[in-house]
Amino acid sequence: MSVQISRRSFLKTGAAGVAALVVGIDARGALAAGHQETVVNPFVRIDRDGTVTVIAKHFEMGQGTSTGLTTLVAEELDADWNHVKVEFAPADQDKYKNLFWGVQSTGGSTAIANSFMQYRKAGAAARELLVQAAAQKWGVGEEDIVVSNGILTAGSKQGHFGDFIAEAVKLTPSGEPELKSPDQFKLIGKLELPRKDSVSKTDGSAVFAMDVKLPGMVYAAILRSPRFGGTLTSFDAGSAQNVAGFIDAKALPNQAGVVAFAKNTWAALQARNALSAEWDFSKAESRSTSEMIDAHRELAASPEYNVRETGRDEAQSAIGKASKTIEAEFLFPFLAHAPMEPLNCVIEPTENGVRFHDGCQGPSTVQFVASHVLGLKPEQIEINTVYAGGSFGRRGTPTADYQVEAALAFALLGKKTPVKLVWSREDDIRGGYYRPMALHKAQIGLDDDGNILGWDHQIATKSITKGTPIESLTVKDGVDHLSVEGAEDTLYNLPNLAVGLSDFKSVMPTLWWRSVGHTHSGFVMESLIDMVAHETGKDPVELRLSLLDHGDARQKRMTGVIEAVRDLAGWKKGDKRGFAAHFSFNTWVAAVADVAVFGKRFHVNKLYIAVDCGIAVNPDVIRAQMEGGVGFALGAVMRNEITFKNGEVIQSNFPEYQPLRMTDMPEVEVTIVTSTESPSGVGEPGVPPTGPAVANAIFAQTGDRITELPMTRAGYQPV
Amino acid sequence: MRYQLNVNGSTREVDAEPGTPLLWVLRDELGLTGTKYSCGVASCGACTVHLDGAPIRSCSLPVDSASAKSIMTIEGINGPIADAVQQAWRDRDVVQCGYCQSGQIMAAVGLLEGNPSPNDAEIDTAMAGIVCRCATYVRVRDAIKLASRNLEV
Ligand code: FES
Ligand code: FES
Repeated sequence: MSVQISRRSFLKTGAAGVAALVVGIDARGALAAGHQETVVNPFVRIDRDGTVTVIAKHFEMGQGTSTGLTTLVAEELDADWNHVKVEFAPADQDKYKNLFWGVQSTGGSTAIANSFMQYRKAGAAARELLVQAAAQKWGVGEEDIVVSNGILTAGSKQGHFGDFIAEAVKLTPSGEPELKSPDQFKLIGKLELPRKDSVSKTDGSAVFAMDVKLPGMVYAAILRSPRFGGTLTSFDAGSAQNVAGFIDAKALPNQAGVVAFAKNTWAALQARNALSAEWDFSKAESRSTSEMIDAHRELAASPEYNVRETGRDEAQSAIGKASKTIEAEFLFPFLAHAPMEPLNCVIEPTENGVRFHDGCQGPSTVQFVASHVLGLKPEQIEINTVYAGGSFGRRGTPTADYQVEAALAFALLGKKTPVKLVWSREDDIRGGYYRPMALHKAQIGLDDDGNILGWDHQIATKSITKGTPIESLTVKDGVDHLSVEGAEDTLYNLPNLAVGLSDFKSVMPTLWWRSVGHTHSGFVMESLIDMVAHETGKDPVELRLSLLDHGDARQKRMTGVIEAVRDLAGWKKGDKRGFAAHFSFNTWVAAVADVAVFGKRFHVNKLYIAVDCGIAVNPDVIRAQMEGGVGFALGAVMRNEITFKNGEVIQSNFPEYQPLRMTDMPEVEVTIVTSTESPSGVGEPGVPPTGPAVANAIFAQTGDRITELPMTRAGYQPV
Repeated sequence: MRYQLNVNGSTREVDAEPGTPLLWVLRDELGLTGTKYSCGVASCGACTVHLDGAPIRSCSLPVDSASAKSIMTIEGINGPIADAVQQAWRDRDVVQCGYCQSGQIMAAVGLLEGNPSPNDAEIDTAMAGIVCRCATYVRVRDAIKLASRNLEV
């Protein structure tokens, strides 16, 4: 498919002068409306035929945000859902920033949460202007106008949105449009609201970056160092010359690899595979997995940082008074994100700079980093955001890794030829940016009545952000919050809880992976609580409830999901299923796992999930994200790991990094706790409780406590 | 080398190196980008197309073996079964990122063409090869059953 560039298509104006009404909230927070040329920061466009286009500032990687943002606008606008479209915003940080971070990016399950009021206001502002315009045109009072399903009505007069565009653009919005109260919502909270991307993703027409083809475009694939941190010393393109369609091979200026250029994707990949190279490994990561595990174990023994106010000595002295102690060590492997669409993007020259075509998770970072690489200003980097074939965090690196590769390749060809950089699946599995390995060590002291007296908890893992441009955002006093989240800020009332942290050091890049630190901390905390329940003969659900206080709003909502899933699953004391609950990304999720165990083999039959994410904007999308979160977590905890031999990744493609398949997928039943609180994220929070719920079920049936992932390492085979 | 391919009911001429996987000919040469690349080693099914009516992995089929056969891609499928499957996918809002879904749909259509009312085990057998990293499997299964029911009436 040849893609026509919709370069700021919303800025185009028809011959009639007034093609559309564009409404948004400008950089100063005030509403602006008028001719498209004069409008800043448009979120909503209404065309003459009445079609509403919502401009999504967040990309779509499957999480449903393009539907969610559209819902918010359509709700306040009283638009007809079937006549609302969605387009991705251009890169423009001032206008399209994530309100939580100040930069344009998607992640941390924040898309709906940060946009909830902004997009509703944009919809309400558009509605206000249309009503004013109709009142003028018809000579009636604004209060006499009813808006419903994209139609304005006053008595016998009727018209669709497009009929009032010409008048509306001349009006000035009030700045504070009236918003609906929740009881007036017609679309928010509605179960049957079709996703906006369902049709194009079921007929093959949805465009991903991998599908973009520009005239004269050259394809590029890169040979990278087999060990992280290795640098190129020489290469030989001899055999690549024999690949039909091969154009050239050039060393990357940063010595990170060799680019093979070719006339099509297949030739680029073949030519790349035919390259041979010599590397300098003197600064490279050259350890094997067992050495890395040993290093983590050593680090956890003497924590570098004390994370909470409670010191380790306080925890230890409390544990010293215990009549019983629990000790455990948990180990988590490196994990690849392996989004279904391997990483890729296209870069082309423009009059004023360059344009990326990318399933772009962090436009601001890409603009910033790529502008440095190319000697341009950030605003000279345009980004055409297209659908992303999954991400799970991988497309949003603080270093804009693959976009930089594309920019360098583009520069190597003289900055005149469009270049498509393609990663193979092997590149992806071996390409780093992994969920870091983590080792937790915990000691818990209990008194005679089974009360927790003290909890000493150490974590060793590689910091995700240290040494990157965003270090200051997550690191405080040496502690990368992403390494300890979910443990140090547990919602349970745990007396004398001390958390220690040590950073594993390696040149290997690591990254957030769907639910970040919670991927391991959630597993550990929920396994440990289960161990306490077992040691003290308490029911796991009752124990959890007893550790939560109703006076605290967040603990109360945790109680809410625990009770909700208990009731949904019909949980009983002595239940042989597994229970877990975890709070992450301002969302509460509790899970019950029904697992069949046959000796050392197991099958997960069903997950019951209760989620509290505030107002449920799109209940069906929330369900889908819980289903997806369960599956994503399950595949990883059951059998995924990235391992190393002398610094080289052993796995290379799906046969060795076996993804979850239909035969593995449990039934998932979801209940959404009714709430009037602001919406919070759902993309990630389904992940953390899934693994421990399954592990706790295996324990309930076998007495085997799984403390090492994946479960295959503990001898448990999924069937 | 020049190949004549029968794709989606029409004859297309392409230049390709012998041995090039059909996938890349479809995508890069014919612009039929609905068929996806994800693993390239017959391990995920994202590249599933129909060859003489049967689902195959186009990433692992040399273009040489595809000429003289009828190739059907997501862009070309039609008829009551394909319509029912695509409609069921939309009714159930199966898709998330969508990248695997052409392959899922091609496999599902292939399944229902041979077996209009598959049971769970038969769905598993037909679909286990098609990976979805977004784990839309619950809905894929559900949508296949819905399509099957809708085809009965
Ligand atoms: S791309 Fe063909 S099976 Fe994965
Ligand atoms: S929908 Fe994303 S891989 Fe299947």
